[in-house]
Amino acid sequence: MADKTINVALLGNPNSGKTSLFNQLTGLNQKVGNFPGVTVDKKTGTAFLANGQKINILDLPGTYSLYAKSKDEQVVTDILTETEGKDYPDILIVTIDASNLRRNLLLLSQAIELGLPTILALNMVDLADRLGKGVTVSTLEEEYQIPVVPINARIGEGIEEIKNAIGSNIDLRERPFLDLTELVGPEISKKIHQPGQSPYLNLHQLLSTNEIDEEKAQSIQTKDTTLRYGKINRIVGKVEQPKEQKGIKVYTDKIDKVLTHKFWGYFIFISILFIIFQAIFSLASWPMDLIDKYVSGFSMWLGSTLPAGVLTDLLKDGIVPGVGGVLIFIPQIAILFAFIALLEESGYMSRVVFLMDKIMRKVGLNGKSVVPLISGVACAIPAIMATRNIENWKERLITIFVTPLISCSARLPVYSILIALVIPEETVLGFLNIQGLVLLGLYLLGFIAALLTAWLLKIVIKTKERSFLIMELPTYKRPRWKNVGLVIIEKVRTFTFEAGKIIVAISIVLWVLASYGPAKEMNAAEENVKASFTDTSYTQEEYNIKVAAYKLEHSYAAILGKSIEPIIKPLGFDWKIGIALVTSFAAREVFVGTMATLYSVQSGSDEITSLKSKMKNEVNPQTGKLVFSLPVGLSLMIFYAFAMQCMSTLAIVYRETKGWKWPILQTIYMSALAYVMAYIVFTLFN
Amino acid sequence: MSHSKTVANLKPGESGKICCFKDDKLALKFLDMGCLPGTEVKMKFSAPLGDPICISVDGYRLLLRVAEASTISLVE
Repeated sequence: MADKTINVALLGNPNSGKTSLFNQLTGLNQKVGNFPGVTVDKKTGTAFLANGQKINILDLPGTYSLYAKSKDEQVVTDILTETEGKDYPDILIVTIDASNLRRNLLLLSQAIELGLPTILALNMVDLADRLGKGVTVSTLEEEYQIPVVPINARIGEGIEEIKNAIGSNIDLRERPFLDLTELVGPEISKKIHQPGQSPYLNLHQLLSTNEIDEEKAQSIQTKDTTLRYGKINRIVGKVEQPKEQKGIKVYTDKIDKVLTHKFWGYFIFISILFIIFQAIFSLASWPMDLIDKYVSGFSMWLGSTLPAGVLTDLLKDGIVPGVGGVLIFIPQIAILFAFIALLEESGYMSRVVFLMDKIMRKVGLNGKSVVPLISGVACAIPAIMATRNIENWKERLITIFVTPLISCSARLPVYSILIALVIPEETVLGFLNIQGLVLLGLYLLGFIAALLTAWLLKIVIKTKERSFLIMELPTYKRPRWKNVGLVIIEKVRTFTFEAGKIIVAISIVLWVLASYGPAKEMNAAEENVKASFTDTSYTQEEYNIKVAAYKLEHSYAAILGKSIEPIIKPLGFDWKIGIALVTSFAAREVFVGTMATLYSVQSGSDEITSLKSKMKNEVNPQTGKLVFSLPVGLSLMIFYAFAMQCMSTLAIVYRETKGWKWPILQTIYMSALAYVMAYIVFTLFN
Repeated sequence: MSHSKTVANLKPGESGKICCFKDDKLALKFLDMGCLPGTEVKMKFSAPLGDPICISVDGYRLLLRVAEASTISLVE
């Protein structure tokens, strides 16, 4: 026994403190994966008992009953009833909220009949005491015939006792709770009463085979639940000892009066969103600049240290910036999830759902879609990761689909330079800056497009899963920093290792496209550039920039840019813009860098200003007109507002939807939308 | 039957006793959540736009939409 790892599964209602117990048991020794085929987080971790015995702990999704009502809950039932499955546990720990005994005991009464050694972790005993509901542990132990361990998962009390209980030999007797023959009738009863396995486990296995018709199955479920509650009522009567109440409910009620108020509720919610948005923008910018600085510094150092060659180039221009492109998102992800974890932990997130559900439901979204959509203004990547807590698959998918339409911070540099280029710096009505208005308009356009798209998808996507909202509104609690910290670590880790590898792979491909071309042109680059200078009074730097521009203009990316020119011509774009569109796929802000290379701008503090003047004077050789006219500028802005030009977003959508179907559909939809809208704008203004 | 009083008809502060459910599928969910026939429910407050609502049942707060609340019939 001692040399074999014990597999323990944690089962419990949502808000019963199951995750807190999991965190207390495992600490940092946890990882998050996925259950095969479904997008339900699979949290596993390890711990050691006092005698050195290693245990694996699986945190099952929160559920109220073994009769699953959603995909998450089905995972729980499947794991606990598939005895040959690889996640089938050796020991089951059921966490119970003592302040809400009756409802929590339903799940326990089902679980103890599955034939698994079971431990009851009785959480929130202190809260039950204050509510005037004393719980007698010994009576509970007698009634259920299992070890009962009182714990306080939030502060870590009773954790050693839980471990001791796991280590002790738990009695494995048949513990029938209900008379199953009375429940299912003699015919099915004969089928499930087989030697070797518990009859209730057999019943669940039988129900999963669809051998019993749906109507009969539903009536069994109803009857089962009702009969169990009947028995639980009697047990609760024996177990609960009335005590003096200390008025904790009133306190939650008072906070709710303000936080769900028709004015203050929304006011506070919008203020919180504003703070989150500001924090992602401003707090993240310092570490992001730092990462940027060190990554480019490192890449330059590599260039000067390693021998020149293809491998060095690949390393310093392809791989290192690719890894940097992954690291750069970490500050934003950490900050957003710090806030989200705080909102979840304190109980406020359920109030957000309460306030926003009706509005969001009109366009096929969920009350919980608000936070991802707003976070999308900073960056779509953490925003899409934040959709995890939307239980309904259709609503979650719609939120993921429309979030990249919200103008993120990477579009801002593109908007800035284009606005400065084509929109006059004038004011209307004496005080409204036109440039500012255009910028505001672009952001609004993103929001409107997201909501309209959501509404369209609501009609298009068919689902069998019914949208309902029946959830517990938890009491307010002080957040535990340990839980918040673990959420941040987990999200950063998930992003870095799962989306990160796709991002690095695509950056290498883009690097190859932008730095290689047909050998003839590439080899001739230096000669042709030298020939283009009429005198010899150029600096080494000017020369290098010209060579870089020449190479980019003849690279595979340029060939791609030229080949898409006929397609983008109706939008007013030339092949140089085409190159920028191709390279922008790494990240939208690359547009500025590509333009700078193409127009041979020296990098430095006045990069934007000098790039602006060069772009302004660029003349189309075919038409003799300025390239960046008002219609082209507007068309380009609209294109960037709608187009899916972010491989990191695609990578994260791939991860969150478990396949390429949705990222591909999203790219097609957004590109088509960008194309059509840019075309309309170009035609209107031309 | 369809005119019977439901949880959706309760005004803030009003209470009622659950009699039965009009929707079989939702009934199962409600049973899991401790809403049993005979249990007392109290309407606490509704969201500013009237939907969803918050009720108190079995000692805790339950949040649900008006459409779902109207499937829980109350004892007259």
